[in-house]
Amino acid sequence: MLYFKYDRTFDGLLTCIFDAFNRKEFPDNIVGEDMQLPLFTESFKVVTDEVRADRVLKALRKKISPSATDMLFVSYLSEIEGIEMTLFRYIQKALTAEFSIEMNFADPDVLELSKIYKKVTREEERMRQFVRFQKTTDGIFFAVMDPAHNVLPLSARFFRTRYADQQWIIYDIRRKYGFFYDLKTVETVHFDHLDVSLETGKLTAEKLDDYELAFQGLWKDYLKAITINERKNLKLQRQHLPKRFWKYLTEKQA
Amino acid sequence: MNPNIFDKLKTLAEAAKFDVSCASSGTTRNNPGNNLGSAAGWGICHSFTEDGRCVSLLKIMLTNHCIYDCAYCMNRRSNDVPRSTFAVSELVELTIEFYRRNYIEGLFLSSGIVRNADYTMERMVRVAKDLRLIHRYNGYIHLKSIPGAGRELVAEAGLYADRLSCNIEMPSEESLRIIAPDKDYQSVYRPMHYIQQGFLQGAEDKKKYRHAPRFAPAGQSTQMIIGASPDDDNRILHLANDLYQRPAMKRVYYSGYIHVNTYDTRLPALTTPPLVRENRLYQADWLMRFYQFKVDEIVDESHPNLDLEIDPKLSWALRHPETFPVNVNTADYETILRIPGIGVKSAKLIVSSRRFGRLTSDNLKKMGVVMKRAAYFITCNELPTFTVQEAGPEYIRKALTAPKKKKTDDRQLIIQFDNPLIPNS
Ligand code: SF4
Repeated sequence: MLYFKYDRTFDGLLTCIFDAFNRKEFPDNIVGEDMQLPLFTESFKVVTDEVRADRVLKALRKKISPSATDMLFVSYLSEIEGIEMTLFRYIQKALTAEFSIEMNFADPDVLELSKIYKKVTREEERMRQFVRFQKTTDGIFFAVMDPAHNVLPLSARFFRTRYADQQWIIYDIRRKYGFFYDLKTVETVHFDHLDVSLETGKLTAEKLDDYELAFQGLWKDYLKAITINERKNLKLQRQHLPKRFWKYLTEKQA
Repeated sequence: MNPNIFDKLKTLAEAAKFDVSCASSGTTRNNPGNNLGSAAGWGICHSFTEDGRCVSLLKIMLTNHCIYDCAYCMNRRSNDVPRSTFAVSELVELTIEFYRRNYIEGLFLSSGIVRNADYTMERMVRVAKDLRLIHRYNGYIHLKSIPGAGRELVAEAGLYADRLSCNIEMPSEESLRIIAPDKDYQSVYRPMHYIQQGFLQGAEDKKKYRHAPRFAPAGQSTQMIIGASPDDDNRILHLANDLYQRPAMKRVYYSGYIHVNTYDTRLPALTTPPLVRENRLYQADWLMRFYQFKVDEIVDESHPNLDLEIDPKLSWALRHPETFPVNVNTADYETILRIPGIGVKSAKLIVSSRRFGRLTSDNLKKMGVVMKRAAYFITCNELPTFTVQEAGPEYIRKALTAPKKKKTDDRQLIIQFDNPLIPNS
């Protein structure tokens, strides 16, 4: 068994491909460099190299469409176990096939990646749906999220366009980083201490704008008022609004 | 902040809740410069109420005072309900503040009629205008045009709104006359026609001058109330089909009648709203818009009502067993679309994948085909052939409507109300 170890970056993964072709040695598994390897395995440590990663991307672009190339990065953000090998096999096949493989959904890796891609984009869509900003005393609109996949990098552009005239922060509480938009650019931020309740994702009252709690109240009242009791269907509600998102949804808090 | 605002919001949101339309799709608004808001072409649902409906827009009335007396309406003149009116500035602020917190995609504004149609319409247009011009707001705006509103006001509304709607409410003029005596088809069709003219003119101008103002770029929609009048599905779907022939008409909504004014004997005393029928109508609507069915294939004089037991696509297939089985490895896209258990997505996957090799039933399953249904209508070489030819339509109907052990698995054509995640134009 041959294991490749890499630094858990997308460029690192592309370098794995480059190195494999270069050495004519193909891994049975690719794991993060922090992982303990099982006994009796050989391993090779891949050193991330942007130039090599770029060359793999360039070669790919000759074989598959730009949207298929984007799909690889998006699927990578899934952080699903085994995603490295699925991507590795896909790219290997794409590079050696005569025609683009991207539409061949009878191939298990093509089908699998299309499903993972859908999961990630679906999760990103849920950020657009369920982010709830709270206005702070200094006028910043602040939200925490806990997405199943690492989708914040995909969301940032959407929020940058939509809320171009307000400062905002969206913070991934599990991965401990976020994005801050200061009316000019979007930057990555880390907080060592975060004054939010882990149960509700809400800031403490003294950090909030004077009217913030009133608007939260109006939002809850509004949702109650437009419910048609004759059509109550909690199952349908849960299907669209999965329980795991409830904790940070203002309207689901007492 | 005016403390009254809580009461106003409650009263005027309640008053608006029966309008089904919620879609916020159909426009793309980029954000030129650094202003507030964008519209993404795709609607976004920000929440779901306990009835399972998508909440995309702040759906609200400017006022629920009304001089009319429509039988089905909670806000009719003769009802003794709490009444309220928003100031234009209050509603504008509420929209902006909700929008900034990512609660909503925008505003869906309707109104009871005060004084006359134009007076009311003018105030609604003011809200949209202030949002666009004073607050430089680029989010979604849907205005429900007041029946009988004049050409100039409709034209102005189209400059600021993404979508305009005029509700037909009753599927026939006869029913409308009985149930909403203050309205007639003229008062609905005329504004509908102004919108269409504005929409076409706007598209024409856009070709000539790049900076010509856009007119209601998401077109118009309308709504019919189902089950409040004796009109059958044949009538309803043919009317919907006629409406879809109009260039600006994007959506027809069907709203199962809820018996709110129990004292009014013109209306049927339904104990529960006709939700199954409503769902079947949406499914039929989808067959017309996305599955290339003609309205006459779905309902006609001899089948004037949709089958409540099975969906209209399966119903069609069982009435046309001679069309099946279909070979998924060779049939064209249009034919594959008609197979029960296969949706638009899986039909596309099938057509693009089979170039690489023969598809097996296992491939189909992985592509999302509901084999339990589809198996009776397809061949793909290796399947044991127990199709509609051998089984006969009656057998299949029984097999597919038998009480299910587990949850529903018919995922192809379940449409509740409105699915704004699917582009609708
Ligand atoms: S016009 Fe008719 S439907 Fe509209 S608010 Fe007045 S009574 Fe209700």
